Amino acid sequence: MFAVWYARNLEFLRDRSTLIFNFLFPLALVIAFALIFGGQPRPIFKVDVIAPPGVALDAGLHPFLGTRYVDFVGIEPAALESTIRKVERHQVDLLLDLRGEPRFWVNEDSPKGYLAERLLLESAAGRVTREPVSGAAVRYVDWLLPGILGMNMMFSCLFGVGYVVVRYRKSGFLRRLSATPVTALEFGTAQVLSRLLLTISVTSLLYAALSLLVPFRNEGSVLLLLLIAVLGALAMISFGFMMAARFASEELANGAINLASWPMMLLSGVWFSLEGAPGWLQAAAKALPLTQMLDAARAVMLDGAGLVGVLPNLAWLLAMALLFLGVAAAGFRWRAD
Amino acid sequence: MTPLLEVRDLVKQYPGVRAVDGVSFSIAEGQCFGLLGPNGAGKTTTVEMMEGVTQPTSGQVLYRGEPLGARFREDAGIQFQKTALQDFLTVRETLALFSGLYPRRRAVDELIRTCALEQVADRDNRKLSGGQMQRLLLAIALVNDPRVLFLDEPTTGLDPQARHNFWDLIRSIKAEGRTVLLTTHYMEEAYFLCDVIAIMDRGRVIAEGPPSRLLKEHFDDVVLELPREDFGDGPEGLPVPIVSANDRVEISTGDVEATLRLLLERGVPLRHLRIRPRNLEDLFLELTGRELRT
Repeated sequence: MFAVWYARNLEFLRDRSTLIFNFLFPLALVIAFALIFGGQPRPIFKVDVIAPPGVALDAGLHPFLGTRYVDFVGIEPAALESTIRKVERHQVDLLLDLRGEPRFWVNEDSPKGYLAERLLLESAAGRVTREPVSGAAVRYVDWLLPGILGMNMMFSCLFGVGYVVVRYRKSGFLRRLSATPVTALEFGTAQVLSRLLLTISVTSLLYAALSLLVPFRNEGSVLLLLLIAVLGALAMISFGFMMAARFASEELANGAINLASWPMMLLSGVWFSLEGAPGWLQAAAKALPLTQMLDAARAVMLDGAGLVGVLPNLAWLLAMALLFLGVAAAGFRWRAD
Repeated sequence: MTPLLEVRDLVKQYPGVRAVDGVSFSIAEGQCFGLLGPNGAGKTTTVEMMEGVTQPTSGQVLYRGEPLGARFREDAGIQFQKTALQDFLTVRETLALFSGLYPRRRAVDELIRTCALEQVADRDNRKLSGGQMQRLLLAIALVNDPRVLFLDEPTTGLDPQARHNFWDLIRSIKAEGRTVLLTTHYMEEAYFLCDVIAIMDRGRVIAEGPPSRLLKEHFDDVVLELPREDFGDGPEGLPVPIVSANDRVEISTGDVEATLRLLLERGVPLRHLRIRPRNLEDLFLELTGRELRT
């Protein structure tokens, strides 16, 4: 028994890549959570404010703005309509318009809206106009569902094509193909499209099954969602293919793909929104294909966005797919040695 | 006339080892060219450079007088020493996959017939016997109706029936006017199939020519074989050149009668005597040495 224990420990220590990932992962996890949730105590209420031009948001403008633990966010007058929709969704607790006589919008179905309103009325001496709105909160499940489907797609995309290509390289099948007229780009495209068919079929089935089991919200077009899924999967499979373009060892490829998938798990908004995270982190997250796909899918499912609304996301996904595939083909290795 | 394939001063340097060290030869259209040599002589590296799969460190490979290009890849049929195929595909599907990669292709059914794969055509390619697998790999090498065929140790590990069966196949392929480049350990195979052979050792070609001419150039003798125990106190004291003296003693001689007389005078019984002409194996051992390579 001792011999087996000793040999296994040696194996573990000598398998550098596994060793590194075993240390690196928890570290990355802690750092990521610290960045997202760390810093100041989180405010309890979120209040959007439209101020007169050139005036700072402080207690001088209105006594309510001096309240602590309330996140006051200044918005442009043009965003009034969309912010009212956020109030209806419970995404913003209160909307305050301080141009002229103060007016505020509050959702009568929201507990936090009710409390924020009490605070406002407590602090204010003068008249304020109340504009009640109503609407159900976006349930967490409605918000989470695209995330879960997207995460499932991500793993299928990254590992599905990555592993197979590395195995082909290791077994020498790629070497055999290199002696035929087929090019790396042709081979890669074929692999990507094959995986795309599979991923989209599985995801569509899952979507259909979930809509029967857990009725969820979809305000937009299912066809548009399909388009988003196709382009998102294309970008992520191409990414997986790029990760596998050179490796000849499954362990190494596994580590590299894991390393790529964890940031997406945490930063792409699968489980929670990054709204509270530092700006640079949000910007970095925007560069990830999963973020773009989830942003677009949520815009369609929760806000009923149309094609025009998600066009920037779609363009970004397509550009990434082409970039990854091009890089992979340029640096592709047919041989294991 | 331009040779179909020409190799000029080919060198492949791997870290710490010069696998191929200045190899030149040419292959005429329709010829079967054999590349022979001990393990590690540089045969496979040479062949892979000729196939365009490995880049040479220096030197040139010319196909119809031009560097290897798209035309070569369309004209070449290649059977690697070891090839993994895609899992879960039948013989027929595997052939369809490879033929789909070429603009010019032979019908899959015809390939199956040519390579005697009818009985296993719908079998998973992982469940083939050694001989069936080699025939499938040969069929894959033939999918594009190649003008030149590379076979890297195609019969290593096959039983005698499968080997002879494979030789018949290669001969029929040769008869269709295709050029064949073959590497092998089996001298019998080279003798049987090749018009010209080149013997490689330590990255260099040490002899080249038609097998019969090479034998004539290097040997003017025959070999007498006798079991060691027939010599009583051993063959070492005899005034005759001894090629090898293990359990069977091999004596090389140009004058058979004189040597036999000598053996009779010494009282060596000739009941187990075998006389054989020199073969490629003798030539190979003579040129590359008898000691085991590590």
